[in-house]
Amino acid sequence: MVMPQIKEVAGQAGESPVDNAVVARGVSKTYGTVEALRNLSLEFPRGQLTSLLGPSGCGKTTLLKIIAGLLEPTSGEIEVNGKPVKGPGPDRAFVFQDFALMPWASVIRNVAFGLELRGVAKSEREAIAEKYIREVGLSGFEKAYPHELSGGMRQRVGLARALSVDADVLLMDEPFSAVDEQTRRKFQEDLLRLVENESKTFIFVTHSIEEAVYVSDQIAILLPRPSRVSEIIRPGGFRQKGADAIRRDPEYLDIVDRIWASLRSYVD
Amino acid sequence: MLSRSLYLKILSAVVVFGAWEIAGRIPVSYAFPTFLESMAALGRMAFDGTLYTAYVETLKPLVVGVSISAFIGIGLGLWIGLSRAFDWLFSPIFIVMQAAPLAALIPLLVMAYGIGLTSKVFVVCIMAMPVIVLNTAGAVRNTPVSLKEMGRSFLGSKSDIILKIIIPSASPVIFSGLRLGISAGFIGAILAELKITPTGVGDIITYSRSIADYPSMYAAIFSIILLAILFLNLLERVEVYLFEGNVRGYASD
Amino acid sequence: MTVFGYRLPAMSSLILWGILWEIVGRSGLTFFIPPLSDVFSTLISVIGTKPFLKALSETAYAFSMGVLASILIGIPVGILMGKNRLLDELLLPWVNMFLSAPLTALVPVLMVLFGFGMKSIIITTTLFAIWIIILNARAGVMQINRSLVEMARCYGATPLVAFYKIYFWAALPEILAGVRIGVIRAVKGVIIGQLLISIVGFGALFELYANNFLMAHFWAVLLVLFALAFTVSEILAYLERRVSYYAASR
Repeated sequence: MVMPQIKEVAGQAGESPVDNAVVARGVSKTYGTVEALRNLSLEFPRGQLTSLLGPSGCGKTTLLKIIAGLLEPTSGEIEVNGKPVKGPGPDRAFVFQDFALMPWASVIRNVAFGLELRGVAKSEREAIAEKYIREVGLSGFEKAYPHELSGGMRQRVGLARALSVDADVLLMDEPFSAVDEQTRRKFQEDLLRLVENESKTFIFVTHSIEEAVYVSDQIAILLPRPSRVSEIIRPGGFRQKGADAIRRDPEYLDIVDRIWASLRSYVD
Repeated sequence: MLSRSLYLKILSAVVVFGAWEIAGRIPVSYAFPTFLESMAALGRMAFDGTLYTAYVETLKPLVVGVSISAFIGIGLGLWIGLSRAFDWLFSPIFIVMQAAPLAALIPLLVMAYGIGLTSKVFVVCIMAMPVIVLNTAGAVRNTPVSLKEMGRSFLGSKSDIILKIIIPSASPVIFSGLRLGISAGFIGAILAELKITPTGVGDIITYSRSIADYPSMYAAIFSIILLAILFLNLLERVEVYLFEGNVRGYASD
Repeated sequence: MTVFGYRLPAMSSLILWGILWEIVGRSGLTFFIPPLSDVFSTLISVIGTKPFLKALSETAYAFSMGVLASILIGIPVGILMGKNRLLDELLLPWVNMFLSAPLTALVPVLMVLFGFGMKSIIITTTLFAIWIIILNARAGVMQINRSLVEMARCYGATPLVAFYKIYFWAALPEILAGVRIGVIRAVKGVIIGQLLISIVGFGALFELYANNFLMAHFWAVLLVLFALAFTVSEILAYLERRVSYYAASR
């Protein structure tokens, strides 16, 4: 897949024949008099990772929760696989910033909880949960409780829970912001592998420029008050070079610089 | 090998009971028996069965009252926590009850229900209920938002979210509300025995005061306080055992 | 709660309960609940009378003396416990014990030691209020951010200066929270004391009304008492919010 390195969103919509898993059309959200999102439209290509990047207060989490069906947009609509979103659905799974693990439940029950709520039988759902616990590298911790785990391990549990319901779209709300820097780097590498191996669509909210450029196929830069998409960047050439080489790639560094240049005036 | 904290606990008990003994020997007041005299009276009453029959009598209104308060209180608290309309309707009553000196209702309860068990159960209930209701409602209301969103985004039904997320998440605070309710219930039970009719331990206290048998009076008071403390401590241990790590486990670290 | 888009004030449901009270009272369902309007008219006639004012002033006196004593003893003890580990370990078990102990059982002891009068009631009030004040002052001192103390030392603060410029202010939100809960407990303590030693204050008044079956009088005094208790606790909560604005950002 060779893409033009950087494309502006203007004059681009509808041109590409890409299959979109999620489409946002003219989404607005107001809280009382506060306008969080204004007429936002965005497409999320299938099988790719799209980051929503922007300064705090730019409504990126609001957009994510609208896609998840947790919030209702004031106007506009979201389509997932061509069907409009009316609430949470089996086609989407959410990974929470604060993990949202149930402290009274063991790792395996936490991971299997999504399936439990769908009425999957205990033995079946635990078999699935075990598979994903292994996949995220937590074998041996099935019987542990969240407070016995480190922050990074807790988020792996949250990730395993989202994977085990086998949704098409994974919504990740700053999933790595509550873990330490080393763990975070490891997570980012693991995430790249995950995007490659699982044929899922990822929507990833972050406020870290480096993280967004490192993990994304497509970056939507959101500017605040009210939120709108200011540009869409598709990092191209360095994605095939492998996890270790990306951070030294000149294109990677250029894009980081470029995004910072456009965001710096919004930092107070 | 004693740990430092246990050693200090024993030391502090020795100091306090020693001071009691010395104050009783001076004596600071004709109505202040020594520690050893009181303990001897306690031993005597424990062996001749007086204490046993007294406690059966005292604990009756306490157990009945606390059970009623727990049953109604938790139910009402859940409802208040879950429904805005109920919150609006009932919260103010319990907030006022929590701040108000409800003991003032006792003379009225005696007029309405006589001096029997009913009045005493009522006293325990009005003391224990508000804290149970308010704790339960607060805990339900303060369920972490992200846990509820998690339940919704993984397609939990409303009853799933209440039964599998809200109630387990609230149960540590509900339990500690129950413990505070029992503590208040003890206050109510003893108040009822001293104010309404002297029965049980209240009878020992009132009777031995009237015949100036101060060691027995102090022993009875000592025993009821000790019983309350031991029981509440036990509950606290159960609480720690049941809900260990329950309040942690979020993204705080 | 909102009705037709209009937000109902938080405590407005009490009006509804008042109306219900009036209806039950008027229906003559029970002798013990006179109509609320009767209670209010009795309240107005009672409020200026001598026995009522006497009871009120006696109660206010016992209450304020008890609260004053528990603040003056409780806060320094709590701060010392927070700063001195040995003292803390010696006293903490007792403080925790008395915090949840059924203190009503101690009132008979106070009665035989200090007589059937004001002194016993003041001590009962103090016993109800002091433990939570100690415990909160201690917790306030213990949670003080270490770097704040180290900052003061770096800039050359002597222990005394550090005490009243750093420790006191840094612990103030907790101390105030303790005082608020202590005061609420003191209200209960002063009434329990008066009920058991029923020859002074509202205790005597309740006895008088109850023995003469003056239901409206009884409820009127009860309403005044509840309203006063609630007002005191709300004022303190308000003060706490005013002073503790920095509690979350320390």
